[in-house]
Amino acid sequence: MAKKTLMGEFTKGIVKENPVLCLVLGTCPALAVTTAASNAIGMGVAATAVLLCSNVAISLLRRVIPSTVRIPVYITLIAAFVTVVQMLVKAFAPAIDESLGIFLPLIVVNCIILGRAEMFASKNRVLPSALDALGMGVGFTAALLLMGMIRELFGAGTLFGFSVMPSFYTPITVFVLPAGGFFVFGLLIALANKLQGGYRGRDFSCEACPLKSACTKKETEDACRD
Amino acid sequence: MIKSLVAVFLAAILTENYILSKFLGICPFLGVSKKIGTAVGMSVAVIAVMLIATAVTFPLYTLVLIPLGLGYLQTIVFILVIAALVQLVEIVLKKYIPALYRALGIYLPLITTNCAVLGITLLVLEKSAADASYTFLHAMVNALGTGVGYLVAMVLFAGIRERLEDADVPKSLKGLPITLIAAALVALSFLGFGGIVDGLAGGGV
Repeated sequence: MAKKTLMGEFTKGIVKENPVLCLVLGTCPALAVTTAASNAIGMGVAATAVLLCSNVAISLLRRVIPSTVRIPVYITLIAAFVTVVQMLVKAFAPAIDESLGIFLPLIVVNCIILGRAEMFASKNRVLPSALDALGMGVGFTAALLLMGMIRELFGAGTLFGFSVMPSFYTPITVFVLPAGGFFVFGLLIALANKLQGGYRGRDFSCEACPLKSACTKKETEDACRD
Repeated sequence: MIKSLVAVFLAAILTENYILSKFLGICPFLGVSKKIGTAVGMSVAVIAVMLIATAVTFPLYTLVLIPLGLGYLQTIVFILVIAALVQLVEIVLKKYIPALYRALGIYLPLITTNCAVLGITLLVLEKSAADASYTFLHAMVNALGTGVGYLVAMVLFAGIRERLEDADVPKSLKGLPITLIAAALVALSFLGFGGIVDGLAGGGV
């Protein structure tokens, strides 16, 4: 594979196919942990680590895993890596563990990771899969960081815990509440739509669903779509 | 005892609503809430799987994993248990209650990777670790309340979305962005329930 396309595997996840803002995957952690910029980085790094490990492992094992049981195998592999990351975070960054709470083990069901395993790592060689994982991870972290910074700045008047707003600024608490998460996320997706040339009918559909190819039931597909 | 169960139940529906305050299960919330019918079907399937999953994982953790010193395996074990249970429920429903299978079966494949289900099994353990009086019964009531809260949020929101279809919104906001902004407003209204649960149960949970 030429150098140029390898680079492409890395960069596509950051802007063009940003998992959060363009593919709209991994919405739960994107909304839940972005109350502060530092949480967003913690979540992003943890998810990137899991994504990188799972993509590499699944790419290496892609000829060994029988295709009929591949989804359970992927989930088990991902859960194992999540457990490792969880233990490392608990040991070396207990403050991050505290603030991410349940969302750390929930990386298992983050659709970005299963989605990349199913759509990319299971069909590609190790190097492109690793680059794909890194690109998607960076894109995920960047989107989370952007949201975290916006919410922390307006909601608490700080950035990474440092006070940056002038003293007369009264923090708009709603930004760090759940409602503010939905609101900021909605506006960011609107912005992404605008930058990509307006609404293109892109919405939640089976195209973005990581289980698309595993989903054999016509009715399920219809329920997702209509 | 009864009072604390009621408090757990109401808190799970209103103040700790998984979708609107804990951000769990957002993907199906945005994906399947376009029509009230599909929203109800999906939520009922979620309630059932949450109850069964909690009924299995809670004793499994306290009676098997902890005595064996394998508590750190909970994430792997739980996700496998949930995946297996979803398959089992599907097979059993298909065989014995085909009518129910036709109504709910199509949502089951979407549930395995629903973070709300894994979330409830992990959260009830966190709660029972923090509070010795939190029993298996509390966990089951909590799971039921969480499922009902999921249903309430889904149905409320599906109603709003059916109206949104006809609304004339700016081009960039069409589709997902306006849906999220509507969700923000629903979440804001749920904030008001905080005081109600405290008042009813005399102190939150």
